[in-house]
Amino acid sequence: MNNITLTIDGVKVSVPAGTTVLEAAKGAGIRIPTMCYIKDLNEIGACRLCVVDTGARALQAACVLPAAEGMNVKTNTPAVRDARKMNLELLLSNHDKKCLSCVRSTNCELQSLCREYGVDDENRYAGSMTETHIDDLSPSIVRNNAKCILCRRCTAVCQKVQNVGVIGPVKRGFHTQISCAWGDPLSDTACINCGQCIAVCPTGALTEKDDTDKVFAALADPKKHVVVQPAPAVRAALGEEFGIPMGTSVTGKMATALRRLGFDKVYDTNFAADLTILEEANELVDRVKSGGVLPMITSCSPGWIKFCEHAYPEFLPNLSSCKSPHEMEGAVIKSYYAEKYGIDPKDIVVVSVMPCTAKKFEADRPELGHNGLADVDIVITTRELARMIKLAGIDFANLPEGDFDDMLGESTGAAVIFGVSGGVMEAALRTAYEVITGKKLEKLDFLDVRGMKGVKEATYDLDGLELKVAVASSTGAASKLLDAVKSGEKSYTFIEVMGCPGGCINGGGQPLVSPTEREKNNPLVLRAKAIYDEDAAKPVRKSHESLAVQKLYDEYFEKPNSHKAHEILHTHYTARPKYK
Amino acid sequence: MELFRSHILVCGGTGCTSSGSTQLLERFEKLLEQNKLTKEIKLVHTGCFGLCEAGPVVIVYPEGAFYSRVALEDVDEIVSEHLVKGRIVSRLLYHGSVSEDNTVKALDDIDFYQKQKRVALRNCGVIDPENIDEYIAFDGYKALCKALTEMTPENVIDTIKKSGLRGRGGGGFPTGLKWEFSAKQPRGPEYQKYVCCNADEGDPGAFMDRSVLEGDPHAVLEAMAIAGYAIGASQGYIYVRAEYPIAVRRLEIAIRQAREYGLLGEHIFGTDFSFDIGVRLGAGAFVCGEETALMNSIQGHRGEPWPRPPFPAVRGLFGKPTVLNNVETYANVCQIILNGADWFAAMGTEKSKGTKVFALGGKINNTGLVEVPMGTTLREIIYDIGGGIPGGKAFKAVQTGGPSGGCLPTHMLDTPVDYDNLIAAGSMMGSGGMIVMDEDNCMVDIARFFLDFTVDESCGKCTPCRIGTRRMLEILNRICDGKGEDGDLERLENLASNIKATALCGLGQTAPNPVLSTIKQFRNEYEAHIYEKRCPAGICKKLLSYLIDPAKCKGCTLCARVCPTGAISGKVKEAHLIDQKKCIKCGACMEKCKFGAISKK
Repeated sequence: MNNITLTIDGVKVSVPAGTTVLEAAKGAGIRIPTMCYIKDLNEIGACRLCVVDTGARALQAACVLPAAEGMNVKTNTPAVRDARKMNLELLLSNHDKKCLSCVRSTNCELQSLCREYGVDDENRYAGSMTETHIDDLSPSIVRNNAKCILCRRCTAVCQKVQNVGVIGPVKRGFHTQISCAWGDPLSDTACINCGQCIAVCPTGALTEKDDTDKVFAALADPKKHVVVQPAPAVRAALGEEFGIPMGTSVTGKMATALRRLGFDKVYDTNFAADLTILEEANELVDRVKSGGVLPMITSCSPGWIKFCEHAYPEFLPNLSSCKSPHEMEGAVIKSYYAEKYGIDPKDIVVVSVMPCTAKKFEADRPELGHNGLADVDIVITTRELARMIKLAGIDFANLPEGDFDDMLGESTGAAVIFGVSGGVMEAALRTAYEVITGKKLEKLDFLDVRGMKGVKEATYDLDGLELKVAVASSTGAASKLLDAVKSGEKSYTFIEVMGCPGGCINGGGQPLVSPTEREKNNPLVLRAKAIYDEDAAKPVRKSHESLAVQKLYDEYFEKPNSHKAHEILHTHYTARPKYK
Repeated sequence: MELFRSHILVCGGTGCTSSGSTQLLERFEKLLEQNKLTKEIKLVHTGCFGLCEAGPVVIVYPEGAFYSRVALEDVDEIVSEHLVKGRIVSRLLYHGSVSEDNTVKALDDIDFYQKQKRVALRNCGVIDPENIDEYIAFDGYKALCKALTEMTPENVIDTIKKSGLRGRGGGGFPTGLKWEFSAKQPRGPEYQKYVCCNADEGDPGAFMDRSVLEGDPHAVLEAMAIAGYAIGASQGYIYVRAEYPIAVRRLEIAIRQAREYGLLGEHIFGTDFSFDIGVRLGAGAFVCGEETALMNSIQGHRGEPWPRPPFPAVRGLFGKPTVLNNVETYANVCQIILNGADWFAAMGTEKSKGTKVFALGGKINNTGLVEVPMGTTLREIIYDIGGGIPGGKAFKAVQTGGPSGGCLPTHMLDTPVDYDNLIAAGSMMGSGGMIVMDEDNCMVDIARFFLDFTVDESCGKCTPCRIGTRRMLEILNRICDGKGEDGDLERLENLASNIKATALCGLGQTAPNPVLSTIKQFRNEYEAHIYEKRCPAGICKKLLSYLIDPAKCKGCTLCARVCPTGAISGKVKEAHLIDQKKCIKCGACMEKCKFGAISKK
């Protein structure tokens, strides 16, 4: 492709044709502020904060302006700075400025740009505010349009990445707001609660439903036996909230912090991840051998499950009947553990710490319980746990390494990789290989199913049994994959789907990383590395070799897919309409 | 061919339709049948004659009797007197159509038409727009035939370029150049391109495009086919607002007839060229007149603009190279092809060739549609054609360019109207709205009116337009309410320049123009509102007070009795007084006072 040479702030820059001025400027070490822009995803030129002077009649939005030969761009003139500042002031004039009580304060893109541009409290353009209301009816996501600046990043991710598309701009002009069809609450739509909208929101307009108060209340109640379990991906990201570099696994410090918060037992969802593999791998083997419904599709991701129920109900029989790992963990705590220690399950509060907002919805599913008790009582996200740790005055970065409590806190390397796209597949393959062939698996790393591609495919020969697998991350990628399966273009034995792009490490409940920051430090890569490093360092890396899981079968479930296991560890799904 | 001794032309434009021309048509039909005249006299339902002020209009040929404001009962008299007995019904004649010697003037000699030059409107009011044969009889589809059989696509583009035709939608971009950009994109059956027609006319008071579509729909279809041939497109779309039901119906009839005659469809005139046209209805969003918003809307998306470049000529509708022109631009194309570039370029000014249609409205005697050569002065349009201002009031300003334009005061009346002169004067051509204001108009209120329109019509996508224009409107509202503060003018100017510099599309970039131009030309009126809490024109209600002159008041009590809020007190035969706190400034008292004792300040 031809190269184009242009001048930006006096610096000569050569870029391939088609490059935007914004990207060209980045190459020259010039940062142009952006707000609505997400590279390759939301290039709409709406916020007008990236305006630059090209000598044209009006200023131009650098994010959508193709670089042209000989162009002379100025990004830092008084006129340009004034224009950006006024647009910030205009945004602020229609923004609920209650920063003190905003969960995004100090981590808000609007706030930090306003500071950068010296926006003061004068409120020069004060006027009426767009009429909005708060939608907090969803168990997972709270939408406060009074804080929305209409960058439409949420709309783009919901529509283009997730292929869900339940939010979008409605009304016009000053009355424009992001809304669901007919102004319905999110909870009445086909929203899958994945929280990817929260992950891209620059302000506090989209937040998780905060459940930390419930956890603090349970911890303060002497009658309650409060058990906590963090998901695999939480340890790969929690440190970021405390200034620890992205990509650092903080498993030990997290265990210590949880204990110091006062949980009666600090268990680990990873234990149940291993348990899931035994149930799921055996379910797969059984389906393959007995001519069951194939391809079998994983069921760990609650965003994906709800998406399947709404958009691809014809694939519900393909879903593994296994509960997701934290639900299994909760179910085991309220059955096996309660019986063993003589605790009334009614007095047990199971708290899950998840990288995921959809888990909050999942925990509320009536089918995920036993004897009238929910398997999991409260779900908090990684961000909420960080807030609890901060509030409790725990100096996280300097904590000593701790460990999980026995048995239900023990796990293998196969469990931790559940946190990344391809991980469940890889863990299942490690077990399925040995179950099917009866041979010892020497090479444990299934590299074909690793990496950040939306859809990954591989074919494995398990002693003459050809296993065609596919891995999709993001429900958008899953749609493409399932469409190909539906049309007969593709056929597989086993499919892993994670609702969020890259898997749980990039879940909607994880520490927030702005799109600009993501271009420099890609959490998908760095957090995945933390996960794979932890797997590699584990002495046991196959789920079926977990002594703790073996003990659980010996003492309680007898064998995978036993009658009791089905009763406690498996579930079912319901087709849901796309529209109410 | 049948021969008729008389033709009755009944205007079927929207204005005359609203004032009952359809009923007139039905009455004529019935009476012609009763009098067994249907073989002798032809009844034609035409497009707009332009002189809407005089509607409903009926013209009877061969005499050329121009009957104005015809009522249903007048039809009987026209039939019995004029058509049966051959006596023109003088009392119904439009006053401007009667010469001093009491003879009927030819249409072109009427003041309203004399200085006009009808190119885009040439068939409006002349042919039956629902009959393709009439269009063909007036050289219809000859230009397409010529283009397809005698010209290469390059010839066509060259001709349009040489003619100097510029976009009539407002921007004034050279049409030929636009076609050339699209034509240069790869051509061939595997390369889809589109020709679109912007018929989403939305400026308040403007109806140029509607009249063309209603009066001469085939001219647009033919021109679109020529554009399709020039750039290598096989599909066209007309984006027309659903509020133009007559235009939509006539377009659909025209497309059907053109298809039946093989003038749209496969292998037109036996050549390799195939072209068809679809109609897409707009829901009335003003912003959908912006080209990218229009294309978004055709694609079924929310009607809001996308950033340019790349321009639609390169990446437009459905991501394909697209030529989009306005109705009036297309209405010129066939005449240029038929008569040549030089013929067209001979009309107009150095950089603005041809004619322009304007919708004259506001404080003007001859409200209606006029088409004049570029370079005609504002004074000629307003006074010679428009007949000046009613009631002998003084001219104050003329607003051109609709909500994107500006107001030109008295000293600019001799400006020759063309694209560049209007921009230099601080306004713009726009699509052709021309609203005349007299001494009774408050310029702050006028600016507020236009801004209120754009605020309402902003799509809400970009920050400066969504919030900035709203803030400007709030300041103007304050000023009109007597709550203006020192610094408001500067705030307005700052906001205006930022919005102009940073808004995403033309709607936002031009939205501040009415405010900026009125501040520039009528700053004293703004200052009177802000600093003296006074509206010089007496329009802004909150700044008005109604006062009773005790010297003139006879104490008849009539004002006190009509006052809806009981604000007027006084004894019989004594001077009355208005309580300003209770007064709602409805003006009822002033209207009733027989002694001229009540005035407003």
